Amino acid sequence: MNWLAVKSIYRREMMRTFRTLFQSVLSPVVSTTLYFVVFGSAIGSRIESVEGIPYGAFIVPGLMMLTLLQQSVSNGSGGIYMPKWVGTIFELLAAPISWVEITLGFVGAAATKAVMIATIILITSFFFVDMRIAHPFWMVGFMVLTSVSFALLGFVIGIWAKNFEQLQLMPLLVITPLTFLGGAFYSASMLPPFWEAVTRVNPVLYLISGFRWAFFDIADVPVGASLIAVAVFLGIGLVTVWTIFRTGWRIRQ
Amino acid sequence: MAPIIRIQDLGKTYGSGTVALNGVTLDIEEGEILALLGPNGAGKTTLISTICGLIEPTRGSVTVGGFDIRSQYRQARSLIGLVPQEVLIEPFEKVGANVAYTRGLYGKPPDPAHIEKVLRSLALWDKVNARTLELSGGMKRRVLIAKALSHGPKILFLDEPSAGVDVNLRREMWALVRELREEGTTIVLTTHYIEEAEEMADRVGIVNKGRLLLVEDKVKLMQSFGRKVLTIELTEDMAELPEGLARDGLRLESGKLVYEYDTHAERSGVARLISDISAAGLAVRDLSTEQSTLEEVFLDLVEGDKAREATT
Repeated sequence: MNWLAVKSIYRREMMRTFRTLFQSVLSPVVSTTLYFVVFGSAIGSRIESVEGIPYGAFIVPGLMMLTLLQQSVSNGSGGIYMPKWVGTIFELLAAPISWVEITLGFVGAAATKAVMIATIILITSFFFVDMRIAHPFWMVGFMVLTSVSFALLGFVIGIWAKNFEQLQLMPLLVITPLTFLGGAFYSASMLPPFWEAVTRVNPVLYLISGFRWAFFDIADVPVGASLIAVAVFLGIGLVTVWTIFRTGWRIRQ
Repeated sequence: MAPIIRIQDLGKTYGSGTVALNGVTLDIEEGEILALLGPNGAGKTTLISTICGLIEPTRGSVTVGGFDIRSQYRQARSLIGLVPQEVLIEPFEKVGANVAYTRGLYGKPPDPAHIEKVLRSLALWDKVNARTLELSGGMKRRVLIAKALSHGPKILFLDEPSAGVDVNLRREMWALVRELREEGTTIVLTTHYIEEAEEMADRVGIVNKGRLLLVEDKVKLMQSFGRKVLTIELTEDMAELPEGLARDGLRLESGKLVYEYDTHAERSGVARLISDISAAGLAVRDLSTEQSTLEEVFLDLVEGDKAREATT
């Protein structure tokens, strides 16, 4: 195991983030504020509470999860797509490292950035709503596991994508709808029975539900199911990445 | 001493069916400069990319420093530095950080003194904090060399180092390569510029259509395949060749006798020609000979390869 290589890749990816620090920090703060104004104040004032939680606070875990998923996927895919596109990926292939180091470096950095931004959203939300986090340890756990899983998924997308359009396509067509329909802004129990059943097929629901449980001790699905969902995502991501590097698919000729 | 790189029956067929390498066997000795010479598309880049781990071979084996490039890729690749043909470089990163990054990838602890030394030797030290996109094309190419040298490799691969590079930079690069060789680095370069192979290499390997046609000491190669041209200027310009002199390889060119001969033939025919000239009552004013260049040697080989292919 070449830890120095992992560190090099991780550091370089983080530096890429810090080069655009202002944009990276400002955009989640602005969008969170907008969500709170629109959903929290305008609409939230008519909903008042969901399962005993003020609506403004209720959407915080969903908002964080929404950003976490989008950021993990886009950082994960962009991180590996750029060297592929610029051609600097040759360095990674010629270096005395395996897919393990490459994945740890890129996915680790993508997940770190996503967690950082989700944390910024959390801090911002404290300015708008009053809330207590019921299980802080589990909250961090869900956040880290989810960001790693989806950064892995993004990493796979980045390797798969042959152009910028494909790079944007998957997050746009799959991740965003699943998140919005996964109960980011509502509880599954608020839906008519048929749609509630449909929602339960959405894997992202399990992530948001578990995350919300960590905040408020309420959940759409049992916490155990949420944990299993995260583990399944993580497992699928790892196996896919391993297969890609083993076969050299779209990487090594 | 065992060769530092041993290539045995290496073959690569791309998914499209293109045969890029067709059974290459080659030993590269430690400390030498080997030039792989061949036309575009001959398989030179595929050959070095395979050794460096960018391409999976279809058959055959390669060891670097005794380590198999597949089963012991970590040890094998640690010994190698690769400068690609194209300028592939992260545009927004600073030069120093970029070079240090490559060193890290090779598992070497940070060593600012070494990075400084490499950058100074490439006249890049004043650009250490510049972003690569601010650099000229020649500087970017030097950054690539600096990256390849960042971990102190024992073998340096230069893929077409002179492609799109001006004369000055080419000379500088050659000087650097010689310096590295003196420090004991083995250098393998690909080129389609004969001049480069002739100027730089200890040995020349000629690649065509995925096969290694020949590997030979450069001087020997030029001697063994060399043809010489003897130009004889007579006291009086001649309008036509006197009958007694006519023979293979001799022609009249703007009043001078031009005789082309094979240096490794048993009899060059030069002595005979001179004595025939004096027998014909002609006086010689001046003589000059010219050694054929590697370019002609190379063309001969590649043409011969084509001719053989046509007959089979």
